[in-house]
Amino acid sequence: MADTGSLIEIDHLYKTYPAADRGDRLVLDDVNFRLVPGEIVAVLGKSGSGKSTFLRIIAGLSEPSKGDVRYRGRPVNGPVRGAGMVFQSFALFPWLTVLGNVELGLEALKVPKEERRKRAEAAIDLIGLDGFESAYPKELSGGMRQRVGFARALVINPDVLLLDEPFSALDVLTAETLRGDLVDLWRDRKIPTQSILMVSHNIEESVEMADRILIFSSDPGRIRAEIRVPLPRPRDWNSPGFRHIVDQVYTLLTTTPGGAAGKRARGEPGAAEGQEFAIRIPDAPTQQLSALIDTLMEDRYKGRADLPDLAEYQNLAVDDLFVLLDGMQLLGFAHVGGGDVELTAAGKAFSNAEMDERKAIFGNHLLRNVPLAAHIQKVLQERPNHRAPASRFLNELEDHMSEEWANDTLERLINWGRYAELFAYDYDTETFRLEDPEEG
Amino acid sequence: MMMRSMLWGQPVRRWQDRLRPNFWDLVAFPLLFGLLALIVVGAGGMTKPFDLGEPQTISLDPRNLPYYALRTVMRMLIALAVSFLFTLIYAAAAAKSRMAEKILIPILDILQSIPILSFLTITVTGWIALFPGSLLGPECAAIFAIFTSQAWNMTFSLYQSLRTVPLDLQEAARMYHVGPWGRFWRLELPHAMPNLVWNMMMSVSGGWFFVVAAEAFSVAGQNITLPGVGSYIATAIDQRNLLAVGYAVVMMLIVILAYDQLFFRPLLSWSNKFKPEHEPGIDAGRPWFLTMLQKAGLVRLFRIGFAAGGQIWDQTIGAAFKRGLGALGVGRGAAMDRVSSTPRWVERAYDGLLLLVAGYVVYRLGSVVEARLTFHEVLRVFYLGFLTAIRVLVLIALATAVWVPIGVWIGLRPKLTRRAQPIVQFLAAFPANLFFPIAVALILRFNANPEIWLSPLMILGTQWYILFNVIAGAASLPQDFQYVARNLGVSRWVWWRRLIIPAIFPAYITGALTAAGGSWNAAIVSEWVQWGATTLTATGIGAYIKEASNDGDNARLILGTLVLCVYVILLNRLFWRRLYDYAAERMRLDDV
Repeated sequence: MADTGSLIEIDHLYKTYPAADRGDRLVLDDVNFRLVPGEIVAVLGKSGSGKSTFLRIIAGLSEPSKGDVRYRGRPVNGPVRGAGMVFQSFALFPWLTVLGNVELGLEALKVPKEERRKRAEAAIDLIGLDGFESAYPKELSGGMRQRVGFARALVINPDVLLLDEPFSALDVLTAETLRGDLVDLWRDRKIPTQSILMVSHNIEESVEMADRILIFSSDPGRIRAEIRVPLPRPRDWNSPGFRHIVDQVYTLLTTTPGGAAGKRARGEPGAAEGQEFAIRIPDAPTQQLSALIDTLMEDRYKGRADLPDLAEYQNLAVDDLFVLLDGMQLLGFAHVGGGDVELTAAGKAFSNAEMDERKAIFGNHLLRNVPLAAHIQKVLQERPNHRAPASRFLNELEDHMSEEWANDTLERLINWGRYAELFAYDYDTETFRLEDPEEG
Repeated sequence: MMMRSMLWGQPVRRWQDRLRPNFWDLVAFPLLFGLLALIVVGAGGMTKPFDLGEPQTISLDPRNLPYYALRTVMRMLIALAVSFLFTLIYAAAAAKSRMAEKILIPILDILQSIPILSFLTITVTGWIALFPGSLLGPECAAIFAIFTSQAWNMTFSLYQSLRTVPLDLQEAARMYHVGPWGRFWRLELPHAMPNLVWNMMMSVSGGWFFVVAAEAFSVAGQNITLPGVGSYIATAIDQRNLLAVGYAVVMMLIVILAYDQLFFRPLLSWSNKFKPEHEPGIDAGRPWFLTMLQKAGLVRLFRIGFAAGGQIWDQTIGAAFKRGLGALGVGRGAAMDRVSSTPRWVERAYDGLLLLVAGYVVYRLGSVVEARLTFHEVLRVFYLGFLTAIRVLVLIALATAVWVPIGVWIGLRPKLTRRAQPIVQFLAAFPANLFFPIAVALILRFNANPEIWLSPLMILGTQWYILFNVIAGAASLPQDFQYVARNLGVSRWVWWRRLIIPAIFPAYITGALTAAGGSWNAAIVSEWVQWGATTLTATGIGAYIKEASNDGDNARLILGTLVLCVYVILLNRLFWRRLYDYAAERMRLDDV
């Protein structure tokens, strides 16, 4: 099976995490992948698509539950020599200087002291950190810190660079510079690295850097599609070819199957009572939902928007945008498809309404589209004192999802329900109440 | 070891430059060699021959005091070193092995609530037997007692820090093939350092109190006296010499000041480098001693020698040790997800075994007590414990009423806070039992009721924990909150109830918890005090334990200790712990 040309081969990879009581949570579902020399591959997906777990399994930091992971034909069972990793949070040791941090990987490889120093200084020069050798990470800006992260990864002369959202903690300008520098070093073969695998949540960034983009679907994570990016480098964000691929990625990401909202939107039958109940509510704050709906009603869009344009106009990271879109779809305020979003009649009505009317519309749609909301309201109405403990609903949810998901789902529903004034929730006693009179 | 990891992080400059003598060497030279000489003198005294029952004389001549102080300080430092070593091993074991954790942490919880005097009394005969005919026996007993006053606290701190090493740093360490041994020294211990150093400082503050108590004690009717400030005070009490007490107080003042300047200020400042971010406002300037250590050429020479020695150690003994550890599987778990790979039945069997052992220990202790004591006695001891509990709680309440307003007043004034905090920390470190004779003399003079007037002694040394935590809490209150309050023109009462009390509550609870724990321990020293031939007692479990210890009555000592532990653990679990969790959950400021 092992074809010798690949750096990394993955066959039928599965990963599950143990859930609270029943069953395990499937995070990665039958993932197959090859990384060949001389390419940059980006991995995109919504949160919960297991893309970060995927990277960690390749790095040897996490064990697969099932399936084969090979590095240069040999099975991976621990951190791989020859792979350097760069972290979103930089993960620099605060008590070591820049030089100390960069030397870290060499020390563990037992490189003699003089050579260590020489190689570390070379890596520091290469990445543009000259003069900062004796600085501590806390003295540096975010961009400089991540340069240390790259120097630390590059100093061990890795064949493969594994990047875990390395630019997402940086501001736009800094990220752009660092990205450009990295691609230049790689293209000019100033670094021995043959291939780069990058997890990202920034679509433009991925299109700019990658030869191939893998699109992961969520819950569980699967490779849903692969897009080749045949554009010559350096790539211009505004060229038609670039925009076309960005549009393509948006379309694929927003029509990913899976997720209750998607199923319902397509009117798929067979969602059993329990599964209906187990809808995972997206983390979409009501204020942002309202603001986005209002934006879509502006003259610029008139109820319909191109997603890349909307993301840029609103200065929203795609992750945040997708969460809001999921929320709008779940509530029936918008349709998403083909890289566009369009408000429904209800969405338009919501936008035109005043505060109280908005809450009423929101409440109606919440009850109609989210079974859990209707269920809670029914229970509260049936009970003589119109109160119910949160634990009751949590237990019911945990029959269908992990404890963590259940907590998140209930917390988000509480926020939506409070906004719609469907019910009140008391933090101290963890109980739901009908109405919201400040009696106590 | 730690010194080395600090060195590694530094860029090389031409080493000849760095070794050139400079201004700081003028200070460093006499200071460091002076310290060396003192260690030699002190160590000589510790191994003098000694037989039980041999009378030890302490001279009250103040000219002897510096030597006594030296002996006390050496005891203190040795105990601190031993505590540190114990902490590293015990906490690392508990944090890395689930099996070990299950037994080590509950044990630590119990050890923490056992009064120091009980440790001393129970173990002293063992220590003396270990070094027959040498003063080293009682010396070890005293050091052990001080150790017990420090180690548990430090161990808890390290254990907690080891459990909270940031995941991304763990991953980075593994990704770059830093082994378990390297991870401990390069990642886990440095991460824990700021908390550990702070805890060490707190623990040592407690240690001064007990070093005074542990230097002169009587066991089974035998008086054992170790040369030191504590025994000097004891002798002064014996001879009703208030002037000598005054000398001792002044000496202690100097010792603690030196220790603060030469040891803890530099250590604290140095430990800041392990914090992930700069914390503004905390920087109270660079301690001069640290500057000297980092700048003097002489010190650099030491450090280079140290680094070379370390490397040799690393390649020989360290490597062998590492291989041994690796073979034992120590140090694996921590960085991976703590999912156990041991089969369930093994864990169950292990749990069962632990329960059996615990049951057996309780049974044995019970039978020792039961053979000698009646049920009525047990009830009486619980009653005595109740009386002491009331004392502790009333005193905490009183200290709260006094120190909270003052602490808030200071804490809201940044300039004052910077000046006050070191003073308060100093007061907390000062052994309050040095003042006991003065209090006793006053009680006798005014013929006051010892049941009431001995009580304040319990909190004399521990009230400062409340004060400085309240100051810290008030100081960390964001300025914006105060502006809002002023802008809304809230009344004094509303200001206290809605702003200040919730804001300082978590810090206050931490302080009160520490103060209460310290007071229980202090009860033993303060419910039973002497002045010459006169003995004053207050009815309570502290006096009970002290009397049992004086008589060498192990059954009563064990009973008293057990009951005290029950009270301390119950109060912690049912009262302080809950308040603490509540405060941590509801009144955090970082979450708004």
